Amino acid sequence: MLNKNIYLILIISLVFGISFWIGFNVNLLPAEASINAPIYDELFKILFIIGLIIFIGMTIAVIYSLFKFRKRNDQIGDGIALEGNLSLEIVWTIIPSIIVLLIGLYSYNIYDRMGGMKELNHNHEMMSSNTEKIWAGISQTSDNEIAINNLSIEVSAMQFAFLFNYPKGNFISGELHVPVDQKVSMKMESKDVIHAFWVPEFRIKQDIIPGQPTILNFTPTKVGKYPIICAELCGPYHGGMRASIIVEEESDYKEWFNKNKKPEVNL
Amino acid sequence: MTISIDPQKTNNESLQPKGWLRYFSFSLDHKVIGIQYLVCGFLFYLIGGTLASAIRIELASPMSDFMPRDVYNQVLTLHGTIMIFLWIVPVVNGAFGNYLIPFYVGARDMAFPRLNAVAFWLIPPSGLMLVASYFVDGAAQAGWTAYPPLSITTPQSGQIIWILSVLLLGGSSIFGGINFIATIIKLRRPGLKLMKLPMYCWAMLGTSLLVVLSTPVLAGTLILLSFDIIANTGFFNPVLGGNVVVYQHLFWFYSHPAVYIMVLPAFGLVSEILPVHARKPLFGYTTMVFSIMGIVVLGLVVWAHHMFTSGTPPWMRLFFTIATAFIAVPTGIKFFNWVATLWGGKISINSAMLFSCGFIINFVFGGITGVALAQVPFDIHVHDTYFVVAHFHYIVYGGTVFIIFSSIYHWFPKVTGKMLKEKLGILHFIITFIGFNLCFAPQHWLGLNGMPRRVAEYDPQFQFVNQISSLGALLMAMSTIPFLINVYLSVRNGKDAGDNPWNALTPEWLTSSPPPVENWEGEAPLVEEPYGYGKEITEGK
Ligand code: HEM
Ligand SMILES: [Cu+2]
Ligand SMILES: [Cu+2]
Repeated sequence: MLNKNIYLILIISLVFGISFWIGFNVNLLPAEASINAPIYDELFKILFIIGLIIFIGMTIAVIYSLFKFRKRNDQIGDGIALEGNLSLEIVWTIIPSIIVLLIGLYSYNIYDRMGGMKELNHNHEMMSSNTEKIWAGISQTSDNEIAINNLSIEVSAMQFAFLFNYPKGNFISGELHVPVDQKVSMKMESKDVIHAFWVPEFRIKQDIIPGQPTILNFTPTKVGKYPIICAELCGPYHGGMRASIIVEEESDYKEWFNKNKKPEVNL
Repeated sequence: MTISIDPQKTNNESLQPKGWLRYFSFSLDHKVIGIQYLVCGFLFYLIGGTLASAIRIELASPMSDFMPRDVYNQVLTLHGTIMIFLWIVPVVNGAFGNYLIPFYVGARDMAFPRLNAVAFWLIPPSGLMLVASYFVDGAAQAGWTAYPPLSITTPQSGQIIWILSVLLLGGSSIFGGINFIATIIKLRRPGLKLMKLPMYCWAMLGTSLLVVLSTPVLAGTLILLSFDIIANTGFFNPVLGGNVVVYQHLFWFYSHPAVYIMVLPAFGLVSEILPVHARKPLFGYTTMVFSIMGIVVLGLVVWAHHMFTSGTPPWMRLFFTIATAFIAVPTGIKFFNWVATLWGGKISINSAMLFSCGFIINFVFGGITGVALAQVPFDIHVHDTYFVVAHFHYIVYGGTVFIIFSSIYHWFPKVTGKMLKEKLGILHFIITFIGFNLCFAPQHWLGLNGMPRRVAEYDPQFQFVNQISSLGALLMAMSTIPFLINVYLSVRNGKDAGDNPWNALTPEWLTSSPPPVENWEGEAPLVEEPYGYGKEITEGK
C-alpha cells in the first residue's frame, strides 16, 4: 500500500514538473509588442500549464490502463463489477468546478486589465439620435472616453484593403503609422462586408462591421513593423487582405505625419 | 389518440425487394434505414474528404496556385457543409440511432416508420443538389456559416441552393429527432425502467431535444437570409438597415448546440463500446445521465462565445465565458468515468477499443483548447485563426469520427454476421491516429502566430508547418484504404460472427446476426442489467 502511494506521488509530481517546465520554456507565441501582449501571455501560460497537467495525466491513465489491465491470453471472465463510487465522483465534480471557476475569475481579471470590461458609452447623446451604435472592442482607456489628446484614427475596411484616415492631418494612408508607447484609438467601419482587424503581435482583434462602427484602443510598446491581418472571410482575396502597422519613435512618426498632412482648409 | 403500429403491414417482407436492392428502396425497417444513413453518409464523407485534400494541397504552398481563389472558397464551404450536415450529423444520429434505439427500448421498429424513411430520403437529393451547385454557377462561397453581408453579395444561385439544401437537411434531422424522442419515451417495452436504459438512449434523448429546440431557429434564419438574397429585403443587409450581428446570434443559437448534436451521440456510443471490451460495468451510470442533461442545458446558453470579436457588450462576454467554461465539468465527469470503466478491467485490445481510447485522448486535448477558447481575452487573439480550426477538428474528427469508426468495428458483426479483420483494423487505427495528429496539432501554432483561417494564400514563414499538416492530411486520406479493403474482404468472406461475438449484454446482441426483420423471433428480451459484467448473470446468458 505504502509502495503504491509512493509511486502515485512520484508520477503526479513528474506530471506537474514536466508541465511546468514546458509551460515556462516552450514559447508558442509571437513577439510581444503592445501593453496587452504580456497580460495575454500571462493568461496563456497559466492555461497552457493547467491544460498540460490534465492532458498528460489523462493520457497516462488511458495508456496505463490499456497495458496494465489488458486481457492476457489465458484469462477468461470479467473485470471487477465496480459500478460507481460516490465519493470519488463527487471529488472529480468539485475539483474541476473549482478549477473552472478560478480560471474564469482570473481571465475576467486579465480582461479587465486589458480594458475590455469598460462600457464605451461616450457620445451617448449624439448616438441616441440616430440608429448607429458603437460597440466596444478592447480598450485601454482608464476613463470611459477616448481622450482628446489620444491619437485617433478612422479605419475603413473594404474588399480587400484597409484605409487609415488621420483626421487631424486630413489625409488617408494605406499603412498604419503610430508612435511607440502612445495610446491609439481607432474607430473602425466597413464599407461592404465584415472584416476583422488583427495584429498578432498586439494580441488584439476586432471585427469591422458594416453599419455598426467598432472601437479598438491599444498602446504599442515596441518599435517595428507588424502585419495587420483581416481575420474574417470577406471574399476571394480574403487571404491577401493585409496591411502593415509601423510603430516608430515619436520623432519619426512626427516627420511622417508632417510629410503627409494636408493644409487645413478654412472656410 | 393512440399510436398504433402494425409491423405486419409496415414491414411486410413479401412486398420488399430482397438482398442488396432492399437498401435502394423506401424501406420502413429501422435497420435498413440505419444502414442507408451510414452508407450514404460515408459516400459524402469520401467527397468531403476529397475536398479536404484539395484544400490541404492548395495550402502546401503559400501562394494561391492550385485553384482559383473563389473556387478555394467554394471548396472550403462545401467541405464544411458536407462534413457537418451530410456526414457527422446523419451518421451519429440517423445511422446508429435508427439501428440501435429500437433494440435498446425493446421495440420492433421506430415510433413513426414512414416519417423515418422520409427523413432519410431527404438526404441524398439535397446532398447531390449541394454538390451539383458547384457545376451550375459555382457553389456557395461564404463559408459554412454563410455570414451576411458576404452571403448576400457573392453569386446568388450557389448560395440559394446551399440554403435550400441545408433547410432540407435540417428538416430531416427534426423528423429524426421527433422520432427518437417518441420511440424512447413511448415504445419502451413494459418493465423497462428509464434508469436501466443503455446510455446511448440517454445521449440520443438529449441530442434530439437539442435538435428539436434549435434546428427550427436555423431554418427560420436561413429563410430570412434567402429573402434578403432573392427579394431584396433588409433583415441582415446593412445597406437596407439590416443588422449583421443578429444573424450571428441566430445562426450560433443553432450551430453551437450543433456541436453537441455531433458529440453527444458519440459519447453515448463510446459508453456502449468500452464496457463490452473492458468487461466491466459502465462506471457511474447515474452521473453519466445527469452530465448528459447538464451538457444539453448548458449547450443551449453558450452560443455567443463564437462572437467575442463581433462587438458584443462586455457583460455578455463575461456571461458566455463562464457558461462555456462550465460545460467542462459535466464533460470532464464523463471522461473520468470512462477511464474508471477501463480501470481494473480485462481489456481486449482490438480496433474498436483502440479507436475509443484514441477518441478519449484526442477529445481531452480538444476540450482543453476549448476551455481556453472560452476565455474572452484568450479567444480574441486566436478567433478565426488556425488555432480554432485545429480545436474543432480535434473535437469533430478526433472525437466523433474516431467513434464512428470504433462503432463500425463494434457493430459490424451484428449488422452483417461477419467479423472485420483485426490486423487491417489496427493498421487503420495507427495510420489514422498518426495522420490526424500530424495534420491538426501543428495548426495550433499556426493560429497563435498569425495565420488566419479560410485563406488560400498565407505568409511564406508558415510554409514548413503547413506542409507537415498537409502530409498528415495525406496520411488520413490513405488511412481509408485499409478500412475499405477490410469491409470489402469481410463482407465477401469474413469469419462468421455468430450472434454475440463480444459476449455483450445489451439487447441487440440477444438476437441473430444479422437480426430478423422484426428484431427478435419471439418476445423481446427484458435486459435488466445492460452493463452487468462481472456479475452472476454474465454466466447465465
Ligand atoms: C478528413 C480529414 C479532414 C481534413 C484534412 C480537414 C481539413 C480542413 C481544412 C484544411 C479546412 C480549412 C480551414 C479553414 O481555412 O478554415 C477545414 C475546414 C472545415 N472542416 Fe475540415 N477537415 C477534415 C475533416 C472534417 C470533418 C470530419 C469535419 C466535421 C464536422 C470537418 C469540418 C470542417 C468545417 C466545419 C470547416 C470550416 C469550413 C468553413 O470555414 O466554412 N472537417 N477542414
Ligand atoms: Cu477583409
Ligand atoms: Cu478578410
